[in-house]
Amino acid sequence: MSETDGRIEQALDHRDAAPGEERIEEHELAGGLAGYLLGFGLAILLTIASFLAAQTDLIYQPAVISALTVLAIAQMGVHLVFFLHITTGPDNTNNVLALAFGVLIVALVVLGSVWIMGHLNENMAGMTPHQAATMP
Amino acid sequence: MLGKLDWSAIPFDQPIPLGAALVVFLAAAAVLIWITLKGYWPYLWREWITSVDHKRIGVMYIVLAALMLLRGFVDAIMMRTQQALAIHAPGYLPPEHYDQVFSAHGTIMIFFAAMPFVIGLMNFAVPLQLGIRDVAFPTLNSVSFWLTATGALLVNISLVVGEFARTGWLPYAPLSETTYSPGVGVDYYLWSIQISGVGTLLTGVNLVTTILKIRAPGMGYLRMPMFCWTSLASNLLIVAAFPILTATLAMLTLDRYLGFHFFTNEAGGNQMMFVNLIWAWGHPEVYILVLPAFGIYSEIFSTFSSKPLFGYRSMVAATMFICIVSFMVWLHHFFTMGAGADVNAAFGIATSVIAVGTGVKIYNWLFTMYGGRVRFDTPMLWALAFVTTFIIGGMTGVLLAVPPADFMLHNSLFLVAHFHNVIISGVLFAAFAGFTYWFPKAFGFRLHEGWGKAAFWFTLAGYVLVFVPLYIVGLLGMTRRLQHIDMDLWTPWLMVAAFGIAVMIVGAACQVMQLIVSIRHRDVLRDETGDPWDGRSLEWSTPSPPPVFNYARLPHVENEEPYWTVKQRAVDDQAPEIEEGYEPIEMPRNSPTGFVTAFFSTLIGFALIWHIWWLAIVGFIGAYITFVVFAWREHGDYEVPASEVERIDRGTRAAQLAWMRRRERPA
Repeated sequence: MSETDGRIEQALDHRDAAPGEERIEEHELAGGLAGYLLGFGLAILLTIASFLAAQTDLIYQPAVISALTVLAIAQMGVHLVFFLHITTGPDNTNNVLALAFGVLIVALVVLGSVWIMGHLNENMAGMTPHQAATMP
Repeated sequence: MLGKLDWSAIPFDQPIPLGAALVVFLAAAAVLIWITLKGYWPYLWREWITSVDHKRIGVMYIVLAALMLLRGFVDAIMMRTQQALAIHAPGYLPPEHYDQVFSAHGTIMIFFAAMPFVIGLMNFAVPLQLGIRDVAFPTLNSVSFWLTATGALLVNISLVVGEFARTGWLPYAPLSETTYSPGVGVDYYLWSIQISGVGTLLTGVNLVTTILKIRAPGMGYLRMPMFCWTSLASNLLIVAAFPILTATLAMLTLDRYLGFHFFTNEAGGNQMMFVNLIWAWGHPEVYILVLPAFGIYSEIFSTFSSKPLFGYRSMVAATMFICIVSFMVWLHHFFTMGAGADVNAAFGIATSVIAVGTGVKIYNWLFTMYGGRVRFDTPMLWALAFVTTFIIGGMTGVLLAVPPADFMLHNSLFLVAHFHNVIISGVLFAAFAGFTYWFPKAFGFRLHEGWGKAAFWFTLAGYVLVFVPLYIVGLLGMTRRLQHIDMDLWTPWLMVAAFGIAVMIVGAACQVMQLIVSIRHRDVLRDETGDPWDGRSLEWSTPSPPPVFNYARLPHVENEEPYWTVKQRAVDDQAPEIEEGYEPIEMPRNSPTGFVTAFFSTLIGFALIWHIWWLAIVGFIGAYITFVVFAWREHGDYEVPASEVERIDRGTRAAQLAWMRRRERPA
């Protein structure tokens, strides 16, 4: 029935393979290995760059934090592209959407919490640590 | 050797918990002895305990949920009667016991009654509605269920060994820190929720993968039944929100076990962060429960109005809107904590905005019924009661979303009445409706209508009688969780609420009777065609109960209502679909992995609660070995031969053919 079942199998095998279920083909394996090595190299480079930025005078001191932020985001990008295989291809829509959803939720929760807790701190009556510790 | 555990953990001096535990123990022992005498163990082991069939696991989830629902209901009865008796009097529950009762009531109802019920219905119905053979990861599904059962078991052990938390269903710090809660109560809470939380998270991963990746050929996203859409949204929320719960409770665990200071008063801890984080999970959790319920109602309104769902696409949009916005409203649970006007206003407006999504759904359901041929079977009655009462709960919710009003009503019984109003009509009625609706699919016979309707009317009446008085005493200034009462003004209302709970007890008894009567008269109530309600989605095209592989041939979907289309075509042409040959089907093999993992998880949980470190290590090693054995298994699948598939399919086709002939005659 093949007709139907065949169709499903085709769909499952090719366009719709779940993450981690990629078909292993000879030429792709080599490409994959090179990709991983390239990603690994980039990740190492970015890590070294971060340490250099923080521990030497190569960068104007007040800009170190910004530089580290940029390097961290680049690091995330390298991981996403080379290790988690997030691409813009049509068979990657689910992964991209999942990533976007995850980023949105994390952003909402983290930024929301920072905002809320900041306001709570500001509105709390001033208290020394000793007073706080001896509160009933 | 046994950590903190000794004989003082058993409450010999407290007759109520000891008596209750004795009754539960005797009942459980009687059931076990009965099973042993009848020789049902091999059957139970083969067909249920080790089963990886999504339908069986769904049924087991619902059995667990029903038992826990009864347990939580007993807690509710105790609270209502205590408040009715403790007016200018101590009542019969001492404060330390009463505090455990309301904490256990909330914990059990949310985590072990509502969640398993909803997850059980999703587990059962979603793969059938998608027209597929099983979920994406069948054995993981079994692991999820058994981990949930572990959590439920631990909570119930706390009844007799030690104590349960006295902190409310969310253990707010610093009350839940060791300084103020030195006992094992909070530890019971933490480990049972953590273990069952892993199960819930895995279910979320499993069902999201299933819905996104495995659907019958032709079933695009916008052809999925509404229940699948709401399940997708709910499971996305599980995947996004449950890690927050796990992390928050893990931090509290570190505070309690290793002397950390995340949420303590001193040493830089911040107890407000606990409230903030727990509600960042807690509000999405509300929608995790209610979105699948909305899906169930959508299926029921459409089926019992004999009409397609009105505004399908707007329904999908509203569902996904709620899914996202549910992460933007959590502060409304602690307006009074002092974040100030800006923050409160922003979250108050977001809370009012999320009600718009639900409003869209309400109108869609009303318009689905409009002009339809409405049948008032039991599931439809629950759905109608939901629409009428949920609107009241929704409106009190929007009222509470206004920060100045919330400052008046925060932690009053008005709030308690509000969230019971939405969660009972929203989730519990949906659970009962879905249970009645899919029961014939699961077991091959319908539930008795008379007893079902009696259960419905008593439950509805009791629910109104309990919670309308609570709204009123809330407005009269009564706060929640009072162990005794010194205010005569509230007395009459508390008496009405106590009478209401008695009516609800009758309702619950009718549910049990319905089940017993239906099982005894199952031959009369038999569902031959697999389509007892004249359904519209794919699950009604298989026999009841469906064979293990669900569909002899995977259906081909052409529109939003595949089975309705097939039925119409068959009646019009007076010919069923053309029969093709049958092919063998590969199915996942049963596995005890889930059960064994849960066994070791129970050891781990119990050991960590009582600081029996060696037992915890044994449990971890056992669980790891179970994982390794499963990961290195040789045969994961078996094959159902084509002849067997054909034999099973023939019977149904004959019944469906007979139905088709009958259908033609009156026309």
